[in-house]
Formats: sequence, C-alpha cells, structure tokens
Amino acid sequence: MSASAAEFESLLREALSPVEPPADLVQRLELTLVTLTEMAQDELDSWELSAMRDPRNWVRPAAAAVVGVSAGTALVALRVRARHRTRRQQSGNVLELAGRTLRDVADEARRILPDR
Amino acid sequence: MVERLPQGKAELDARFADLYRAHLRDVYSYSYYRVGNHHDAEDLTEQTFLQAYRHFERALRESNGRPLRPWLIRIAHNLAANFYRDRSRRPESAIEDAGMVSAPHTTESLVEGREELAAIIAGVQQLPDDRREALIMRFALGMDNREIARAMGRTDGATKVLLHRAIRQLEGLVSENAGTAVEKR
Repeated sequence: MSASAAEFESLLREALSPVEPPADLVQRLELTLVTLTEMAQDELDSWELSAMRDPRNWVRPAAAAVVGVSAGTALVALRVRARHRTRRQQSGNVLELAGRTLRDVADEARRILPDR
Repeated sequence: MVERLPQGKAELDARFADLYRAHLRDVYSYSYYRVGNHHDAEDLTEQTFLQAYRHFERALRESNGRPLRPWLIRIAHNLAANFYRDRSRRPESAIEDAGMVSAPHTTESLVEGREELAAIIAGVQQLPDDRREALIMRFALGMDNREIARAMGRTDGATKVLLHRAIRQLEGLVSENAGTAVEKR
C-alpha cells in the first residue's frame, strides 16, 4: 500500500470512529431485553385470539400481563399504550375499547415472540 | 471445535446477553452511519436486537460456532433497507449537527474543525449503498474481509474487490469535492 493510500485509510478510520450508543437507549434496550427474558412464556403462548373475543376470558390474560408485567411487556405495553390512548379519544364504548386493547396486547406479544 | 449449544431458555438468554453486550456499540455505529442521525439509529438498533432475540436460537444452531456479529449486522442492514423503502428516502446527506445530539458522542466533536474528516464523511454518504456499507463495516466496526463477506452475503474475494473500489471511489469523491470547494471560493 502506498503512503498516501495508508494515510487516506487512517483518515477514514478516524472519520468513521465507532459511535457510543446514548445512555437512554442502553437503559431502554436492557429493560426490554430483561422483560423479554423474564416473560411468562407459557401464558403468552396460550393467548388465543379466539378466546379474546369472549369478554369472560379477558380476565386471566390481563392478569398475566399485570403479574408478569414481565410478560414481554416493557415493549408490548409501550406500543399498546400508545394505541390505547389514541383510541380512548375516539371510542365511547368501554367494553369495545377494552377488547380491542387486549387484542393488541396479544398481537404485539405474538409479533415479538412468534416462535419461541 | 464446535461450540456447545445452550441447554434451556436461561442459558440461551445468558448467551444472548453476552452477544448484546459485545456488539451493542457495533450495531449502533453501523446504524448511525447508515441512517445519518441518532434518532433513527436508536430505532434501528432496538429493532435489530429484538429481531435477533427472536431468531437467536436458530442462528446459534446454524452458525456452527462462527461469530454472530455478521449475522447481527445483516439484520441491521435488512432493517435499514426496509426503513428506506418505507420512507422512500436515502440516508441524510450529512451526519447530524453535534448540537442536536442529546447524548455526548465522540464522532461529531472529533470531526468538528477537521475539514478533511468532514469531507470524508460527506464522501461516504455519496457512495453507492454496498460500498458505503462495506466501508462502515471495515472502518467503524473493524470487521475483517471474511466477516464483511458473511454480513453482505458475498464471497471473500468479491468483498476484497468491493472494499478496494469503495476506497478508490471515496478518494476520488473527496478530491473532487475539495476541488469544487476551492472553485467556489
């Protein structure tokens, strides 16, 4: 390698220095990963959308989500909460709102951990 | 020697935690140079590790003990490609202003006041995607040819050629841009 090529590569290495991730990202990611690893796996696996359609079946999964908040939830809850807030402003029917929110929880949980 | 696969979820999670700790900075650096701003780089990094977590067990099984960094970077690469497709845009033309960055970061402050480094960063952003990515992997992440080849799904030989051409093109762009700047003065 010529001197100028070596010098250019050295500048390139300097220009593309590794970038430290921001502290808040590290915290957020670690929280998400910890909650994912602590997840009440079998509870979430058994959440069937069909069961969700019957309001009498909402209690148990909802409890699992609370007890196991763990249940994947830092992430699931954040996403669902954002949508729930939007819908609350649009919906006058509490039952319908609750049903849709719980379906969201199940959808998010599936999306994050579909095959584990 | 083939590395032993984890037995059970706890061990799998512990292995994933090791991978995360070892490569968070790599994934973030790649994402940052790929998308050009911290906000999107954070999203990309987060999504990369979530995808990786989903498929970690299979990746371990199929890696035959080889390092998983290329696999992680490939996930980030695919997500970045989707990101551009969804938003129909290319990376931002310049790495964002240091004043806008919420967390302290070395690159902008390092480049600040160093015209030659700023010119290189600007040149990198002008390169075709594959050349830019290869340079990021080599110089920001310190990956060797073999790792880059695995991350990009190419042969070692093709990767070597790609890197060589990327550096030559970048040199050309930097001197071309410098020439244009002098003419404008």
